[in-house]
Amino acid sequence: MVSGEGRIPQALRVWLPVGFFLVLALFPFYWMAITSIKPNAELYNKNVMPLIVHAPTLKHYVDLLTKSSFLLWTWNTMLVAVVATAISLILGTMLAYPLARMRFAGSSLIAMTIAAIYLVPQPLLFIPLADVINHLHLGNTLTSVILTYPTMLVPFCAWLLLGYFKTVPKELEEAARIDGASRLQTMWTIFLPLCTPGFISAGIFAFTLSQNEFLYALIFLTKSSVRTVPVGVISELIRGDVFYWGQLMAGALLGSIPVAIIYSFFVEHYVAGLTAGSVKA
Amino acid sequence: MTIASERLLVPARAARKRASLAVVLDRESVFSWLMMALPLAFLAALVGYPFCYGILLSLQDRPVAHTGTFVGLKNFITDAHDPVFWRVAINTFIYTGVATLLKMIGGLGLALAMNQHFRMKNLVRALLLLPFIVPTVLSTVAWLWMLDPAFSVVNRLMVALGWPKPGPSWLGDPTLAMVSIIIINTWRGLPFYGITLLAGLQTVPSELYEAASIDGAGGWERFRFITLPLLRPIILIVTLFSVIFTFADFQLIYVLTHGGPANATQLFATYAFDIAMGAGQLGLGASIALAMLPALALLIVALTIYLRRE
Repeated sequence: MVSGEGRIPQALRVWLPVGFFLVLALFPFYWMAITSIKPNAELYNKNVMPLIVHAPTLKHYVDLLTKSSFLLWTWNTMLVAVVATAISLILGTMLAYPLARMRFAGSSLIAMTIAAIYLVPQPLLFIPLADVINHLHLGNTLTSVILTYPTMLVPFCAWLLLGYFKTVPKELEEAARIDGASRLQTMWTIFLPLCTPGFISAGIFAFTLSQNEFLYALIFLTKSSVRTVPVGVISELIRGDVFYWGQLMAGALLGSIPVAIIYSFFVEHYVAGLTAGSVKA
Repeated sequence: MTIASERLLVPARAARKRASLAVVLDRESVFSWLMMALPLAFLAALVGYPFCYGILLSLQDRPVAHTGTFVGLKNFITDAHDPVFWRVAINTFIYTGVATLLKMIGGLGLALAMNQHFRMKNLVRALLLLPFIVPTVLSTVAWLWMLDPAFSVVNRLMVALGWPKPGPSWLGDPTLAMVSIIIINTWRGLPFYGITLLAGLQTVPSELYEAASIDGAGGWERFRFITLPLLRPIILIVTLFSVIFTFADFQLIYVLTHGGPANATQLFATYAFDIAMGAGQLGLGASIALAMLPALALLIVALTIYLRRE
């Protein structure tokens, strides 16, 4: 594909379209960041050039952390995401391993059911689920979302892990079986340790999906003390008066950072997981 | 001696019993079903049961905090006579169709732009995925502020470039509100499209392009006759994914417009939410949510069969 063009046209052909997509993708985050450090006098003055910060301040962050329950929401979000991810990885593995390795009647039916459940969007289930949560007296408890997030995460993890498990060679397990290990021992001591990259991919996805979830949290968690970041930000930081944008953007930025950090460490795993479902290796 | 041998006998029998149990447990089918029992029970209780219960609810008159009474198909008949319901159906199809088309075209453009050799490619790819990673509600709040009626940065930039003051009312005008939510949905979903298609592009063997070039094929012909046909399965899968989740979108609309102005951006999910949670009509709300089922079921079955065949 390399042609005889000069370096400047070559650079233009790369950076013009790539630059366009980059500006498009990143501008909202830039705007979020600079809004969060602008003083109100600058934010609500139409005569000030808006794209740069003239007198940066951390006031909005201080207000956010001292005058709202943001830290508590962050703790709730993390707790829910970690526990829901752990549950989903365990239950997902329990589904994926037999489907990847065992031959038994009904296995393809189960695999298809799991794929179908993964594709059922939450709006189809939230009304009956809200009633179920009420009947179990779980409203306004973190348990309500810890229990319901895995309904979407378990099929997802199972599907992603199933694909990964199939790429792991069988020889080690066969050797262990010949040496007399039971199926459970083989799975636990031989097979699962080989699958760390698959668990990381599935885990990151489950974690980001938990952080992103909004509908169930909005319905089940109506008390400030149990809210997650997305629900808290939307329900409590948007207030009647107009001048709340600095604090709101500070909240949006801080709420995005945990996901962004985890993502930046594991971006290759993330991309691998993203494309696993649709691109054959 | 006798005592000693008797002592030996008892553990031996127990060991044999244990051994036969171990043999049964080691059968492929027994092991598999035992292993899957817990997750399957979990999914049956929290997906299967609510799904069936939702169907039952849709056949009831069920105000919140009251017991329901069976009313047959009354809720669905009410829906069919509700002009807002039909508005919602049209909105949902427009939103899904246009946003998916934009994501497909933009995603293909993104993938082609990224499929060149340049420095810092991995960093650029990581940055481009950010809109897809960051919790939707939080990035949507940034858009809400960017389209603010009084201080919209988009409008200030447009006015600076010569657009008459005060600029468009992005979320206040019914048509523009639909345009806005479509653009923001596209903004969020495009990286998923682009990066997945990029992974697909990278599997296209370069020999094919070289052979085509030798045969005299130009850039467009190489794209049309090599790239597109080889990408087709990936495009199909990503599109089905995207359609399903755009069709049932809730967060973006809830944050930006709440379905307004005057139901111009109301989708099935937000309308069902308003009726069930706002007005407290669980039965009627369930019937609106279930109205999504025929289209969704078709898409889900198609995608499941396709994924299975892969």
